[in-house]
Amino acid sequence: MNKHILSGNEAVALGAFQAGVKVASAYPGTPSTEILQNFATYDGVYAEWAPNEKVALEVAIGSAMTGVRTLFTTKHVGLNVAADPLMTLAYTGIPGGLLMVCADDPGMHSSQNEQDNRFYARFAKIPMLEPSDSQEAKDMVEAGLLLSEKYDTPALLRMTTRVCHAKGIVGMDSQSQAEVPTAEGFKRDLKKFVMIPAFAKLRHPLVLEREEKLKAVSETSPFNRMEMNDPRIGVITSGISYQYVKEIMPEASVLKLGMTFPLPIGMIREFAAKVERLFVVEELEPYIEDEIRILGLPVEGKAFFSRLDELSPDAVAAGFAKAGVLPFDLPTAGEKAPGSEMPRPPLLCAGCPHRGLFYALNKMKAIVHSDIGCYTLSVLPPLQSIDSTLCMGASISMAHGTAKAMAQAGIDDKRPVFAAIGDSTFFHSGITSLLDVIYNKGNVNVIIMDNRITAMTGGQQNPGTGKTLQMEETNAVDIITLVKGLGCSRAREIDPFDLEGTIAALKEEIDHDGPSVLVTKRPCIQLFRQDPKAVRVVDTDACIGCKMCLKLGCPSISQGDIIPDEEGKKERRYAYIDAATCYGCALCEQVCKQNAISIVAG
Amino acid sequence: MNRDDKKTTNVLVVGTGGQGVITASEILSDVAMISGFDAKKSEIHGMSQRGGVVTSHVRYSEKVYSPMIMEGEADIMLSFELAETVRWLHYVKPGGRVITSRQRIIPPAVYAGMGSYPEDAEQVIQQRAGDPIVVDALPMAIKLGNPRLVNTILLGVASTLLDLSVDSWKSVIADRVPPKFKDLNLVAFDQGRKVT
Repeated sequence: MNKHILSGNEAVALGAFQAGVKVASAYPGTPSTEILQNFATYDGVYAEWAPNEKVALEVAIGSAMTGVRTLFTTKHVGLNVAADPLMTLAYTGIPGGLLMVCADDPGMHSSQNEQDNRFYARFAKIPMLEPSDSQEAKDMVEAGLLLSEKYDTPALLRMTTRVCHAKGIVGMDSQSQAEVPTAEGFKRDLKKFVMIPAFAKLRHPLVLEREEKLKAVSETSPFNRMEMNDPRIGVITSGISYQYVKEIMPEASVLKLGMTFPLPIGMIREFAAKVERLFVVEELEPYIEDEIRILGLPVEGKAFFSRLDELSPDAVAAGFAKAGVLPFDLPTAGEKAPGSEMPRPPLLCAGCPHRGLFYALNKMKAIVHSDIGCYTLSVLPPLQSIDSTLCMGASISMAHGTAKAMAQAGIDDKRPVFAAIGDSTFFHSGITSLLDVIYNKGNVNVIIMDNRITAMTGGQQNPGTGKTLQMEETNAVDIITLVKGLGCSRAREIDPFDLEGTIAALKEEIDHDGPSVLVTKRPCIQLFRQDPKAVRVVDTDACIGCKMCLKLGCPSISQGDIIPDEEGKKERRYAYIDAATCYGCALCEQVCKQNAISIVAG
Repeated sequence: MNRDDKKTTNVLVVGTGGQGVITASEILSDVAMISGFDAKKSEIHGMSQRGGVVTSHVRYSEKVYSPMIMEGEADIMLSFELAETVRWLHYVKPGGRVITSRQRIIPPAVYAGMGSYPEDAEQVIQQRAGDPIVVDALPMAIKLGNPRLVNTILLGVASTLLDLSVDSWKSVIADRVPPKFKDLNLVAFDQGRKVT
């Protein structure tokens, strides 16, 4: 068999292509991004980055209404954004298969929360599949589309970071179980698709009827199976947790659940009756455990397996040890070695265009509501220049609320209020926030950091870049024109590599009463890597070791060895610039008061 | 009683963002797959490209369930940076082997007063790991003409401790690197094999 090692995300893309999906829409978000990036490379498919997840799901719904098999992908918090169309889509259904892939991030490797999106399936009453590895991820794509088509419902494929990004062996051959149905085109069906109250009332009972049918499907789903072994311990589990259970408790009996909404109640009862002690091992919330409790069955789970963070083989072993049933001694892992606690947080790259802005903001004594992107890293020392990060687009609206409240309540605080937001995040959901500021005569200084790409997720095109996901040329939004169209006449571009100019611009906007927009325009250096312009070097005769340059938090700048006392000079360590990684942005040269940093000679 | 998991080979690859940790672990898991094993690997993407900590777990065996290695169960740790070696030493099983580059990358957080670099990293590694292999991989790579060869040199060292054929290593490496760097990478791999 033709085999490859694929990530869960690559496997979903392959599965979607092989199952005849023709249209896909998404907004990038870790850990889901690679699904569409991979899908977009297959022949004969259309894939797009939408400005946000709500738009993406609506595009997908419109597509599936014509009978075409369609894919929507999102990270967990993105489904909050798309929840509005989802909840009514659950009423209308769609003729074409519509698979919604949702990638949760237990452990918050790259997210602002670790919400458990399995509850969305229950909330919307739509079928949910949960793969445990890449092969299953691929197989569940077609299964989900078939469920969607047969039961006139979107299907949710719920993944997690460890399934999305772990790689495992996948058979590449097409294993389509059924022929792809011919799309019948758009058909008018007012009582199904026009959700005025009178028609929605007709649809709601159908949702409940569908749920009953899906319960029966779950009882016989091939993705739900009992692996009977030692009857003394029975474990119900799903997703990546299944792998940890098999690893740690190879002798236990396992009920592996792949279809987790609706849950196979009959199968759970049957399994519970066969085992002496019943456990549920699941990440995050007691989603399965609570349902079993409702059945009145004795079950143990969250007492041993935390609701916090992702699980791991270690956490699962520790849980079973606590429960007194671990069949082996916990491995004698040594203590962490001394020195292992040194922090190495991710940071803005050498030459990152965000650095100059946040260095300047740090000097402003301002309240800075920030948004979601690489620039959120400026919360850490030494830049430490933002006050909040909540969700996509929130910076501008929160800044507006803060400014209004301070004025209304007469709070004695003269600090100016800034909002700092990236280009892609602004397109995602900052535009409506800015509209609110302008419409309601707010006093917020908005900074849009236009680095010409969606950087944090690894460099995706967006409406400002002039290219589509499939690399076709397209319109590039002019941010200044857009902002002026919203009614903000005070808007201009600045260069964040020019520190003096940036500081002056910020001060000017602080002094100005009313809303303003500054656009810092510099491309992301990771994605538009050019030859370093002019690598900087430290003149050790001039350097006094004052550490001013270190306050930039640049990974290229460090300290050299300690230089002992000399006549007239105290003990000090010169600054050192790593020529291999310096990009030549010249911020360090601008902050050095000793003029000790300059372009490498020659 | 200890867990009967002797049959699975666990390799933990660690370093910092941008060093090539992910590529090294991809090559290793490909070699394991073409050698007929079930193979899994797991790492975290996302924020790690901004210079943070990067770890990749590679496991191969007849049948692999968990894509992650338990603490205290790594047969081999392959590290690109000394402080990162120290950070993950507790993953190495008793009798497991540590292969580490001698390179030190001091994070700017240290200069911001958020902690200190373990200056005694090499001694700690010597004390905690039996018979570690400390490699001057960066100077070796620079001498060969490209600092990015650190990756292949370290894989060369690791290959001497793993039950995978040299031919399969070389075929995967040749497949994975750009054609014009193929020969240089194979030389780097051989130099890595000669370290021990």
